[in-house]
Amino acid sequence: MSTALLLVRGVSKRFRGLAAVRDVSFAVPRGAIFALIGPNGAGKTTMFNMIAGMLRPDAGAIALAGLSLVGKRPDVICRAGVGRTFQIVRPFRGMTVEENVTVGALVWTNDVAAARAHAREVLELLELAGKRSAEVHSLTLPDRKRLEVARALATKPKLLLLDEAMAGLRPTEVDRMLGLLRYLNAAHGLTILLIEHVMRAVMALAQHVIVLHHGEIIAAGSPGEVTRDRAVLDSYLGAAVP
Amino acid sequence: MRLRWPSPVPRRATAALAALFAVLAVAPIVANNYQLSVLTLVLYYAYVGQAWNIMFGFAGLLSLGHALFIGIGSYASAALFVHFGIGPWAGVFLAVALAVAVGCFIALLGFRFAISGVYFALLTIAFAEFTRIVCDHIGWLGATEGLFLPVSSRSRIDLANLRGPPEMFYYLMLTLTFAALGVSRWLLHSKLGYCWRAIRDDPEAAAATGVNVFWCRMAAVAISCAASGIAGVWYAFYYNNLFPEIAFDIGKSIEITFAPIVGGVGTLFGPVLGAFLLFPLGELITGATQRLGLEGIKQFIWGIAVVAIVLLRPSGVWPWLWGILGLAETGEEVRP
Repeated sequence: MSTALLLVRGVSKRFRGLAAVRDVSFAVPRGAIFALIGPNGAGKTTMFNMIAGMLRPDAGAIALAGLSLVGKRPDVICRAGVGRTFQIVRPFRGMTVEENVTVGALVWTNDVAAARAHAREVLELLELAGKRSAEVHSLTLPDRKRLEVARALATKPKLLLLDEAMAGLRPTEVDRMLGLLRYLNAAHGLTILLIEHVMRAVMALAQHVIVLHHGEIIAAGSPGEVTRDRAVLDSYLGAAVP
Repeated sequence: MRLRWPSPVPRRATAALAALFAVLAVAPIVANNYQLSVLTLVLYYAYVGQAWNIMFGFAGLLSLGHALFIGIGSYASAALFVHFGIGPWAGVFLAVALAVAVGCFIALLGFRFAISGVYFALLTIAFAEFTRIVCDHIGWLGATEGLFLPVSSRSRIDLANLRGPPEMFYYLMLTLTFAALGVSRWLLHSKLGYCWRAIRDDPEAAAATGVNVFWCRMAAVAISCAASGIAGVWYAFYYNNLFPEIAFDIGKSIEITFAPIVGGVGTLFGPVLGAFLLFPLGELITGATQRLGLEGIKQFIWGIAVVAIVLLRPSGVWPWLWGILGLAETGEEVRP
């Protein structure tokens, strides 16, 4: 796929005896929304950590717009255009909401005033503007999740990696997040790869779903195809006894 | 990057600082020699506390061997002066360069082998200790007998060689303390300051947000050590004698951390406030209990003060006082 923004080819990662990810290949085209799903321990977050540079794959290639990401530091990969959120939110606790997001914007500018201005725009977009001077510990979980997305967005990523950005949110909040992600995708051409357990979100948002199980891709396709796939059903519900 | 304040200083805070500066500027006129020496000591600890605060308070790197960098500054400038007649204004460059080099070397070791937190602190203690032991055996630096600077008439002010009355050293340290406040504020509001605080709170998340953790930490170490090296030069010329047992003493390193911890780690004014609270208190206690022969009572009271702060107001006295005084007009001031 020549238009692929993110190319993952033959990537494997072992933790001592355990193969967390085994020979995984996929390509995310520019402007697409892809979902990575699978049961707990399937290797989804390990895959994310390898793309974002927190883990180095044992084998295989990962490239963003033709630039190899393997062996690069997380901050270098972030500057190259990969923004990520963490499954368990990791805000900078000693900083206000706006300062958190400003750190993200300082990736592309040395001008603190410009970074702050951009942070405010992003916070406006995520409906957090009213809480910009708040301390992080005073935020509710949905707000923290949004802050996590805001900080990643402020880096002006080409590819946004969302690690369960909707877990723990109420249905109305999931809808708000879905609306926002659709808007970012349509208006800014942001490419999104998300790990998600909220199937409603996956079905509503993703054009293409990759299913990981025990570190391997067991199915890939449109949300409709994947949810009818026998192997996928088995992996989630347990295989029928032969 | 343009050199300007990224956000306005709250007006009331500026006024309070100006008033404090004015009071301290005229203090030598009314203070007697003893009071002046206490004030000088307070300013010295306010200054080195700020230097230490850059590393731990801003960037989250705990140094418990900061006397090392001050001691290196002292010995470098004193040796140049005693052996080669090179004055302190030239010597300060070597002093700073050496302090920064040693600091960066320790940091490099720490980062290379992923030594962080308490273990990093142990590394700084280890270096301070073995520098003390090495200095004990270098005759050129006076070894255990000490290195002495020639004391000339203390009534004439010779600024070029830093020979003069106590008032000269007082005003020098006053200048350094306020300069450090300005530099700290500028740093904290700069890009580097944002990156430091992000690293302090969560290094991994900071890296994922594009922060170059290694270089930002190195910058914190270099700036903190440079400021400490300058303090060392002042120290050498003020006291005129240097002993490894005193200059690199772990007690000295610990003392440096008291003012920022009590005043507020990571805050701008905390180290200054802490120094003004602790050191006059220490002197008062020492004076009051002189006849009782209670040695170490000052350290004992300080220890209690630090424990009380850690338990009751872990963020320090300053953030609490700052709210009461209503110095935060714009709500833009950096909080701990």
